[in-house]
Amino acid sequence: MRPVAVIGAGKTPFGAFPDRDLRSLAVEAGEKALRDAHAAPSQIESFYLGNFSGPAFVGQNHLAPYISTALGIQGVPSTRIEAACASSGSAFYHAWAEVAAGIHDIVMVTGVEKMTSQSTARVSEILAEAGDCSGEMKAGNTFASLFAMIARRHMHDFGTKKEHLAAVSVKNHDNGALNPEAHMRKAITMEQALNGKPIADPLNIYDCSLISDGAAAVILAPLDRAREFTEKPVRVLGIAQASDYVALDQKEDITTFPAVRRAGEKAYRMAGVTAADIQFAELHDCFTIAEIVASEDLGFVARGEGGPYALEGCTRRDGARPINPSGGLKSKGHPVGATGAAQICELVAQIRGEAGDRQLARHALGLAENLGGSGATCVVSILGAA
Amino acid sequence: MRTGAVYTETVIYSAPEAFLNEAPYQTAIITLDGGGRVTARIHGARVAIGDRVAEIESRGGVPCFRKAE
Repeated sequence: MRPVAVIGAGKTPFGAFPDRDLRSLAVEAGEKALRDAHAAPSQIESFYLGNFSGPAFVGQNHLAPYISTALGIQGVPSTRIEAACASSGSAFYHAWAEVAAGIHDIVMVTGVEKMTSQSTARVSEILAEAGDCSGEMKAGNTFASLFAMIARRHMHDFGTKKEHLAAVSVKNHDNGALNPEAHMRKAITMEQALNGKPIADPLNIYDCSLISDGAAAVILAPLDRAREFTEKPVRVLGIAQASDYVALDQKEDITTFPAVRRAGEKAYRMAGVTAADIQFAELHDCFTIAEIVASEDLGFVARGEGGPYALEGCTRRDGARPINPSGGLKSKGHPVGATGAAQICELVAQIRGEAGDRQLARHALGLAENLGGSGATCVVSILGAA
Repeated sequence: MRTGAVYTETVIYSAPEAFLNEAPYQTAIITLDGGGRVTARIHGARVAIGDRVAEIESRGGVPCFRKAE
């Protein structure tokens, strides 16, 4: 396998953009990534699109060539990957594999979702299609309620408290307030976080990520060609994708995500590092409990201790290992198909030292964890300076 | 009808479009006495983890349970 580097990254702001359509968002992110890599569309040899549900959200299918041709990328393989909220993490994994295997040199990954043209109830219904529609979802569940059931059991087994969940929300809003591209740039207090509108007990509105529009893109190249394009290549040191049951009721223990553990272990092994070496991370905080469980499954902290770990401030910007300096899905926003690629964009910005007001002090080695559904897909990527 | 114990549960306030009129309502994952788990709708009194529950009906393919006497 050849070493692979990210040579360009770009994203749109995340938010509610009634005047923008899905294609224009994806094209904006793609063009920014091309400019960042000093590359022309004609140099892209393969294109991957991460998108969860363009057909349901905006009534458009066959999205990969629909977007790549709009970017001026002609004739090359153009492939859409759907893996729920891990769609563009998975697209990144497959693009990496093509470059690592020597199939293509310059490969673009774009992730996009346009969600806000639908009502919240309809969005819940579309997102629910990423669960088991013959069982759990038919009973009236939403993704919030599935993660609420995870939180409830985590509280039962480990003594996790609402204050622990709220600490994740307060911290991510605090970070997002410094991110000019975040959907909700607003710090919140612990009291607010604890007293939000109930969504699915024990989760309230402040435990839930946002419904957003947005796109993100990155360009990959073999490491030995990276400097043809950029002074600041960022190396993909380890990456893995893993899978698990779609239905929560098929899992033996819902307080852990086996796909996160497996992808994390494989990515650590490939990178030749351990959890202790990771200086910062972007974790998939679709719900506050998901960040807590992921911090345990990735070995940042022992099983059951993710809540106190967050409350004690270890994951804040000034903590031992900052988590979600971008603001995470909670504050930066969660256009689901764009999220995995946006996490990579944040890792790239931090590693290059270009993250502005939210730049971390220790930023040489970062990890991104992108989760699909209630844990059926996970992609873990470890990036560092080349 | 099947019986079991509540493995986890939640009360849903923000419902998907198809269930808007029913909110708030409780769903749970039940560990069945015969083995395996099922996701169910809870009718009647709210249940908590560990509570014994019994199936009362299957409505449109959705198993419905309630707290056992």
